[in-house]
Amino acid sequence: MSTHPDTWQRPPFISNPVLRWGVYIGAIVYVVWTLAALPIDWQRVAEGLVRAQRIFGGAFPPSFERSGLLIDGFLESLKIAILATAGGVLLSIPIAFMAARNIAPLPVFYLGRAMIIVARSFHPVIVAIIFVKAVGFGPFAGVLTLIVYSIGFVAKMLAERIEEIDFGQVEAMRAAGAPYFSTLFYAIFPQIMPRQVGLTIYQLDSNLRASAVVGIVGAGGIGATLANAFGRYDYDFALAITMVIVAAILLSEAFSGWIRKKI
Amino acid sequence: MTLADLGRDDWTRFTPRQRMTRYAAFAVIALAIGWALGSIEIIWAWVWDAPEQMGDLFGRMYPPDPTNLSTILQVLWETVNIATIATAFAVILSLPVAYLAAQNTTPNHATLWLGRFILVSSRSINTIIWALLFVAIFGPGVIAGIVAIMFRSIGFVGKLLGEAIEEIDKRPVEALEATGASRFKVIAYAIVPQVMPTFWAVSILRWDINLRESTVLGLVGAGGIGLILQGAIDTFNWREAATVLLAILALVIMGEIVSAWLRRRIL
Amino acid sequence: MLKITDLVKRYGGGDPVLKDLSLEIPGESVVSIIGSSGAGKSTLLRCINKLVEPTSGSIVLNGTELTRLRGRQLREARRKIGMVFQSFNLVDRLTVMENVQSGRLGYISTWAAIMRRYPREDVRRAYELMERVGIAHYANKRADELSGGERQRVGVVRALMQKPEILLADEPTASLDPKTSEQIMGLLRDLSRELRLPVLINIHNVHEAREYTDRIVGMRYGRIIFDDLPAALDEEAMERIYSGSPAADRAGDMRQAS
Repeated sequence: MSTHPDTWQRPPFISNPVLRWGVYIGAIVYVVWTLAALPIDWQRVAEGLVRAQRIFGGAFPPSFERSGLLIDGFLESLKIAILATAGGVLLSIPIAFMAARNIAPLPVFYLGRAMIIVARSFHPVIVAIIFVKAVGFGPFAGVLTLIVYSIGFVAKMLAERIEEIDFGQVEAMRAAGAPYFSTLFYAIFPQIMPRQVGLTIYQLDSNLRASAVVGIVGAGGIGATLANAFGRYDYDFALAITMVIVAAILLSEAFSGWIRKKI
Repeated sequence: MTLADLGRDDWTRFTPRQRMTRYAAFAVIALAIGWALGSIEIIWAWVWDAPEQMGDLFGRMYPPDPTNLSTILQVLWETVNIATIATAFAVILSLPVAYLAAQNTTPNHATLWLGRFILVSSRSINTIIWALLFVAIFGPGVIAGIVAIMFRSIGFVGKLLGEAIEEIDKRPVEALEATGASRFKVIAYAIVPQVMPTFWAVSILRWDINLRESTVLGLVGAGGIGLILQGAIDTFNWREAATVLLAILALVIMGEIVSAWLRRRIL
Repeated sequence: MLKITDLVKRYGGGDPVLKDLSLEIPGESVVSIIGSSGAGKSTLLRCINKLVEPTSGSIVLNGTELTRLRGRQLREARRKIGMVFQSFNLVDRLTVMENVQSGRLGYISTWAAIMRRYPREDVRRAYELMERVGIAHYANKRADELSGGERQRVGVVRALMQKPEILLADEPTASLDPKTSEQIMGLLRDLSRELRLPVLINIHNVHEAREYTDRIVGMRYGRIIFDDLPAALDEEAMERIYSGSPAADRAGDMRQAS
């Protein structure tokens, strides 16, 4: 049986050879060219090692001396997260209905989707600096920021859930002659409530994470404490704050996972 | 329904116990919101004033000022590059971490905990906080941004890949062990092909997220479009800030379109 | 020639799954092992290539004592033992050729394995074997595109690529429909003759055992209680092997149980 071939090649992922080599070469050229073109000061980077040593030297052991400041900052973050979750989730419900294709008329649908896209596209830090400029430094800007952030996620997921609901139940209500809002409460809310509760708890967890960073641009909470410590080269205090943030995030993640499992 | 229920004319939706749990949950929520509202340091006059202030701000943003558009687009491209290069390196570096953090591939207990420690510390610290650290180390510039995004992404990609490794079908592994293949070859032939779809999906997802994250690095001095936005805001050049915001919006939407397209092509 | 002497396998502190089991398989012959779920058939097979670590006893394959091997020596011994599995155990996302060549992984360099640069003679042999079992035209297809019978043929070729000195088959037809089952059993029998290869098959289907194998070994509670030509397997022997256990209709639970 000498007619059998004795070489074999894996069928390539992209069968067209021109396109395949084009993609390979393109990727290599892109990486090399980008790395070369990025404005990187290599001497500065090399000095960074020395500086890193100084920073980490200064950071150990972490200092919990000003723990009053630390606790205040953390509690403020927690308050921001709670208020933003409450506000964001409440606002998400009407927006989600607006953005559900099977419920809303077309112009309203587009408006709802646009609100969600805008809320999702901007990183909370960008939203935060705008609110800080508009309403001043402090936790209020943080709450507004995270309300926008919550809408971006909760309204999107909720709208998708509304689009998946069993419409038979709605028709049954309508057939029974129920008015619009009764239909809403009896046929649609029961179908979306479990998802909404899960989303709310998840969003509380996300908001607590995000509240740690919006403070860096002046929107209150523990992020502000951290940015201050960094700015004053208090690396030991900064490390203490970071450790508290990490611990809080792990706890809140475990807690939210536990609650969502119980529901 | 039992026979005793016949003839009853009262009905409630929940059992007493269910009702108690629900009331307790509502009470906890109300207390939490009450506590937060009561003690948060907010000047309420500012709150009532906020809609007017916001309107005023958006009024000053209109119309967007496109004079510096070419610079903005150039820096926007730099932002894309930061996200892409950082994602590429992070994805490669997360492979060994995922290998260590998956129970069925890690060599021993010490390496398992090492892997988990890397994942937790990477995941729990936000990109911006990593950026603060690396700006302090490397000085302001894109390198701090790239490294910050890498450090945050390693945990994200590593965790999801590690979970994918733990969930693989173990039967091909058994089959290849039975052929007398070495540990490394078993991984290359029985484990790697099984986690490839997850690998690509997670890489694309993280690239999409990193595109968003890289737009704010500049606010702490770590390069990218955030620097221009900060400059425009600090000089009260709101019309240019509006252009930058629109550019970011366009970038993020493009990123979503590209990643959706890649997902369809590759997976 | 495979010689098993006084083999014991005990999980934890419980009753042993294999109790002082001895078995000899000389030269090329097709031997089937029958028995109800939990009789220890699958454990016996897995002890031979040490996917399961035997507690005590000895297993000698062509002069090599297998039970004490570790690391590199164990891998070298495993290369000489081919194995075919109930659920095929192919890597779904690799092509048929890659699955087949994975039987040679023990012989080629890591670099060649990763780059898929398989030696010429291995590729030729793979095509010959694939044509022999009727799957050569699938070489570039992904394994999950094939039907059950075709997938098991890939599994058989993968095992044969090892140039094994013995072939173990663990319920090779339990996941297949009756017609495909018979084809696979016939294939195993024919290959045993052509390649002068001893084949040891765990099987639930007594009819197929009778039809396609040269010798039947009956197991019960970790012991061999029947060992003879298929013709000698009468009602009375069947009763001894299967009595009091809902054997044949529990094929589904088999893997967990044994």
